[in-house]
Amino acid sequence: MAASQEEILAGLAEIVNEVAGVPADEVQLDKSFTDDLDIDSLSMVEVVVAAEEKFGVKIPDDDVKNLRTVGDAVNYILKAA
Amino acid sequence: MRKVVVTGLGATTPVGGDVATTWSGLLAGKSGVRRLTEEWAEQLPVQIAAPAAVEPTEVMDRVEARKLDRSEQMALIAAREAWRDAGAPEVDRDRLGVAVASGIGGAVTLLNAWDAMKEKGPRRVSPHTIPAIMPNGPAAWVGLEFGARAGVHATVSACASSNEAIAYGMEMIRSGRADVVVAGGAEAVIHPLPIAAFAAMMALSKRNDEPERASRPWDKGRDGFVLGEGAAVVVLEAEEHARARGARIYCELAGAGMSADGHHIAQPEPEGRGAARAMRFALADAGLTPDLIAHVNAHATSTPQGDVAEVKAIRAVLGEHADNVVLTSTKSMTGHLLGAAGALEAVATILAVYEQVAPPTINLDDPDDEVDLTIARGEPYKLPDGDFAALNNSFGFGGHNIALVFRRYA
Repeated sequence: MAASQEEILAGLAEIVNEVAGVPADEVQLDKSFTDDLDIDSLSMVEVVVAAEEKFGVKIPDDDVKNLRTVGDAVNYILKAA
Repeated sequence: MRKVVVTGLGATTPVGGDVATTWSGLLAGKSGVRRLTEEWAEQLPVQIAAPAAVEPTEVMDRVEARKLDRSEQMALIAAREAWRDAGAPEVDRDRLGVAVASGIGGAVTLLNAWDAMKEKGPRRVSPHTIPAIMPNGPAAWVGLEFGARAGVHATVSACASSNEAIAYGMEMIRSGRADVVVAGGAEAVIHPLPIAAFAAMMALSKRNDEPERASRPWDKGRDGFVLGEGAAVVVLEAEEHARARGARIYCELAGAGMSADGHHIAQPEPEGRGAARAMRFALADAGLTPDLIAHVNAHATSTPQGDVAEVKAIRAVLGEHADNVVLTSTKSMTGHLLGAAGALEAVATILAVYEQVAPPTINLDDPDDEVDLTIARGEPYKLPDGDFAALNNSFGFGGHNIALVFRRYA
């Protein structure tokens, strides 16, 4: 069964915490990865690869640049899963 | 020409996680060499090494540590200590330089990344891999740490790399390009492949059953060096800059000498001619006569050829005065930190000059017949009061020779 929006958000928050040290409760749908969470482009690659593994999805590099906010990523994974 | 002084020291080494513990360990004759307990060690002919006394990830933020090679972690730890020790000097960042060396760079990250790629595919290669494996990585991270903009340099000359970095840092200040330079080296390659490769060169001690007695420079029973890891960093400063801010001055970095053997890729020239020329150039650069030298922190790795060639070189340079000089091999206790060795030994030499005491050499039970100089053995050795200077020698595969002269500062 595919993960729910809440489960994906929680999973992403865990990854962002692991990769960038951002407290999980700060990882909210409206937060921008670069502007709000201070995740640089290299760490963003790590987040994407970890998310692919965790949720069993493929996120091509061309799509990564459209994932500006945490909500963008959650919705992408929801649709792709 | 501007005088260059030393105002800060930092280190993380096989005998201590900072300068204070490293120095007290060296004075106490403490060995940092251990039997390797990792499973991979069982297949190797050499099962001993000198790992860092304190795991870098225990004294560093987890998120910061995960994107860095171990050598870069150690470089930052040592640089932060040196910077604090120097009193966090206020300096125009356009006048702040960095020269931090590594002999091999992020080889362990490279090997682990290759393992990951083979097992899990290219997508799983970390985006931090290149910054972690590049040999200028330690220098680059230290440069970013302090916002250094006068120049960030990474010298690569095998086991002479960090002495070359310190010499280069001195030149940056003398030439007026910088007022303060953070200089040193880092190395962390305790991994089965480098050990197997050094072992294949017959360069390592195989005294697996007596790890603490394996590194024994100048002893008849020496059979090669012991691989160590760690980092050491010094803060160099233009004398007038240090004085203007009332900094504590450990000593003067009075000169440096460089030469090459032109002999063999891995063996020292047996008469030590290249080493002698480096020491002569260093004395001339410092404007000193041999009689001011009281102490030599020798390269002395515990290899059969190199240790004796260096003694011959010291005798050739200092002449009769060599009888008044005391030698130490720090590597008898720390093992050989490769690209970080020169900087660690620079820290030991600087403290020897500052505190007027040379650390002992351990495991020297029966000196080689060709060793006719005084070695500090067993106990720390008192150095003179008043003005004197000490040499710090580093020699590297490829025939690189770098000697530094540290002089008491009054």
